[in-house]
Amino acid sequence: MVEFTLPKNSKIKKGKKHPSKGVGKTNKNFKVYRWNPDDEKNPQLDTFEINLDDCGPMVLDALIKIKNEIDPTLTFRRSCREGVCGSCAMNIDGTNTLACTKSIEEVKGEVSIFPLPHMHVVKDLVTDMKKLYEQYASIKPWLQSNSTNPSKERSQSKQERAKLDGLWECILCACCSTSCPSYWWNPDRYLGPAVLLQAYRWIADSRDEKTGERLDNLEDPFRLYRCHTIMNCTSACPKGLNPAKAIAETKKLMHERR
Amino acid sequence: MKESKKNLGSAKYGAHHWWHQRVTAVALTFLCIWLIISLTLLTGSSYDAAYNWLKHPLVTGLSILVVVFTIYHLSLGLQVIVEDYIHTEITKVITLMLINFSCLLLGLTCCLSILFVFFGGN
Repeated sequence: MVEFTLPKNSKIKKGKKHPSKGVGKTNKNFKVYRWNPDDEKNPQLDTFEINLDDCGPMVLDALIKIKNEIDPTLTFRRSCREGVCGSCAMNIDGTNTLACTKSIEEVKGEVSIFPLPHMHVVKDLVTDMKKLYEQYASIKPWLQSNSTNPSKERSQSKQERAKLDGLWECILCACCSTSCPSYWWNPDRYLGPAVLLQAYRWIADSRDEKTGERLDNLEDPFRLYRCHTIMNCTSACPKGLNPAKAIAETKKLMHERR
Repeated sequence: MKESKKNLGSAKYGAHHWWHQRVTAVALTFLCIWLIISLTLLTGSSYDAAYNWLKHPLVTGLSILVVVFTIYHLSLGLQVIVEDYIHTEITKVITLMLINFSCLLLGLTCCLSILFVFFGGN
């Protein structure tokens, strides 16, 4: 059966407090999930008091400040710091989002920061994305064609190209998949919104000639049909995309070809 | 992925289940409106009035449709819930069998009762 409570060794304990050294008028507390696989302790919630006068505007700026000035052991992924790479996806103030595009000002009161929900934690805010990448590979996310390669690029009309808008922008940060209860309960067999949006990105591509095979691969009570239209994916997506619509379009095509 | 299911490919099934769930839902929306209005109008009527209402061929037909669609929709929905939350294969299979048998029994009992009235039983 599904487990509804955390196992004993995953229960979160109170952690260390790091008060601000300077006297800042705009101090804010950041509560950050900490877990180290090496010390065999339960996870804990550390509190860092940050002087916002001396910190960049985004949550990622605060995390970098903590790592640079307070606790160098704090572990998180980050790269582009402008919402393009998807590395710094985490749960901030109860919502999955990108730390680099989430402004500190938006959060009222303390800023709580957790790793993406229902993922195996590697350390602190870093989660294991291996399964998601395996699922991504399973949908063959590249252009497949039966015809011989053209001498120049494969052309598309403006209308055909427009069908890919709202799909190609996905950065695979996994905010959507890890916000989906159905993905929480069946991450082994349900592909989840991120991978299904990517699958539809190739189904909708006029240049791809394996649409039938792609649909065959998805037609499964778990891979596609575990989506129960909960729509958490769409409200979580930090890029403003609509994975729920991509899934619905795929279901429509499944019905159309019957 | 669950190791045992990882390399078995897609089930090539699911579209049918999804479509039937939606069709029965739409049908039940209209049928339930009809049923609620009819039962509201029958409030306070005598046993004979209700009996004669159910005996009308159109009412008998629609009532059987209500039963069939409700039970079918119920079994489809319960199947999804069981598949979502029960991950032990043997428990899942037994629960699904029990659900299907119970739904079948319930549906048959309801339909036979309606037909019993239609053919003049009392």
